[in-house]
Amino acid sequence: MNNCTERIYNGLVKENPTFVLMLGMCPTLAVTTSAINGVGMGLSTTVVLVLSNMLISMLRKIIPDSVRMPAFIVVVASFVTIVQFLLEGFVPSLYDSLGIYIPLIVVNCIILGRAESYASKNPVLPSIFDGIGMGLGFTVGLAAIGIVREVIGTGAIFGRQILPLADAAAGKGGYVPVTIFILPPGAFLVLAFLVALQNKVRSNAAKKGKKVPEAAGCGEGCASCGNSACGGKVFPTGNEE
Amino acid sequence: MKELLIIAIGSALVNNVVLSQFLGICPFLGVSKKVDTAAGMGGAVVFVITIASLVTSLIYKFILMPLGFEYLQTIVFILIIAALVQFVEMFLKKAMPPLYNALGVYLPLITTNCAVLGVALTNVQKEYSILQGVINGIGTSVGFLIAIVIMAGIREKIEYNDISESFQGTPIVLVTATLMAIAFCGFSGLI
Repeated sequence: MNNCTERIYNGLVKENPTFVLMLGMCPTLAVTTSAINGVGMGLSTTVVLVLSNMLISMLRKIIPDSVRMPAFIVVVASFVTIVQFLLEGFVPSLYDSLGIYIPLIVVNCIILGRAESYASKNPVLPSIFDGIGMGLGFTVGLAAIGIVREVIGTGAIFGRQILPLADAAAGKGGYVPVTIFILPPGAFLVLAFLVALQNKVRSNAAKKGKKVPEAAGCGEGCASCGNSACGGKVFPTGNEE
Repeated sequence: MKELLIIAIGSALVNNVVLSQFLGICPFLGVSKKVDTAAGMGGAVVFVITIASLVTSLIYKFILMPLGFEYLQTIVFILIIAALVQFVEMFLKKAMPPLYNALGVYLPLITTNCAVLGVALTNVQKEYSILQGVINGIGTSVGFLIAIVIMAGIREKIEYNDISESFQGTPIVLVTATLMAIAFCGFSGLI
């Protein structure tokens, strides 16, 4: 069981997809206008990640190596479609607010990345826990960004008003929401400060001589993803080197 | 005609794919260090999205809809896009070597660019006709080209600036993107 808790710790802290690996930036920026949207997106991604990790790990000895990317994509896309229908049926409000970003879970680097680098090489149980860990790490990241944006942008957390709003007409003093934080520019700004904070922590840790995990992912261009899905050669052409 | 123009301007400027819809952030941050490469990437994206929006619209209208398989759209679209990108690459290599030399290295990076799938899905969601879908594709990808080239131009200047240590690299790029997004908010009154 040790291995399983280690996978969860790994996903939540050591290789947190949002803060450390910087993967899946598109949904991170797009849906974090409120904390509840962030959590909803994070949990949907977690469900897809756990299920796809499980199935890919089960099928890892059957899928031929040369067509593994198309196979992974079909598996992931099927689960995304299932999750999409479940959300549409049972949580229509969340379905409406996430909109097009639900089907776009398919192209989220985290999912294909975990399939390629972990689930296709490891047994079923650790793969499931790897999915849970990574998914929860992603959820925590999205929720954190969502909370910051919602508090500054509307003075509320999870839709509950925590800062009494100012009302100029009634002459009541209070919090004046900085609306730009729930508009697109706010997403870039919050993420910029988050990454800067993380750089600071990293450089402090490096000065103390601690080993700092390498940041991967989109910040340095997809080429450094370490994820062959990013290489783009999905279908085998027969002339790979 | 007027309607098509509104779709094109709307998708290129008002709802800019990078700065207001957050699709294609990876290449926007990763391949925007130099204006030349940014323009190459933007060109490749225009090329692929235009073809992809045409092909996905055709397949949706003439295969998925008559058969009642609309729910398979995500799976079908992503496989089509992946296959299409590789096919386009092979075709360009054989038929148009100069264009391949200009765009070739960027083509494989586009498969995982969520803007391509995003456009295909938006076309379905908004029930665009095939022509409207293609126009939406061109508009969106030109919006991407504009955003990435402006970003690369700014980044070339930022190189010479003295930036505090924590903000070097990605953070300052994101701050730049913030300011660009604020500027693009100004287009929202255009339509």
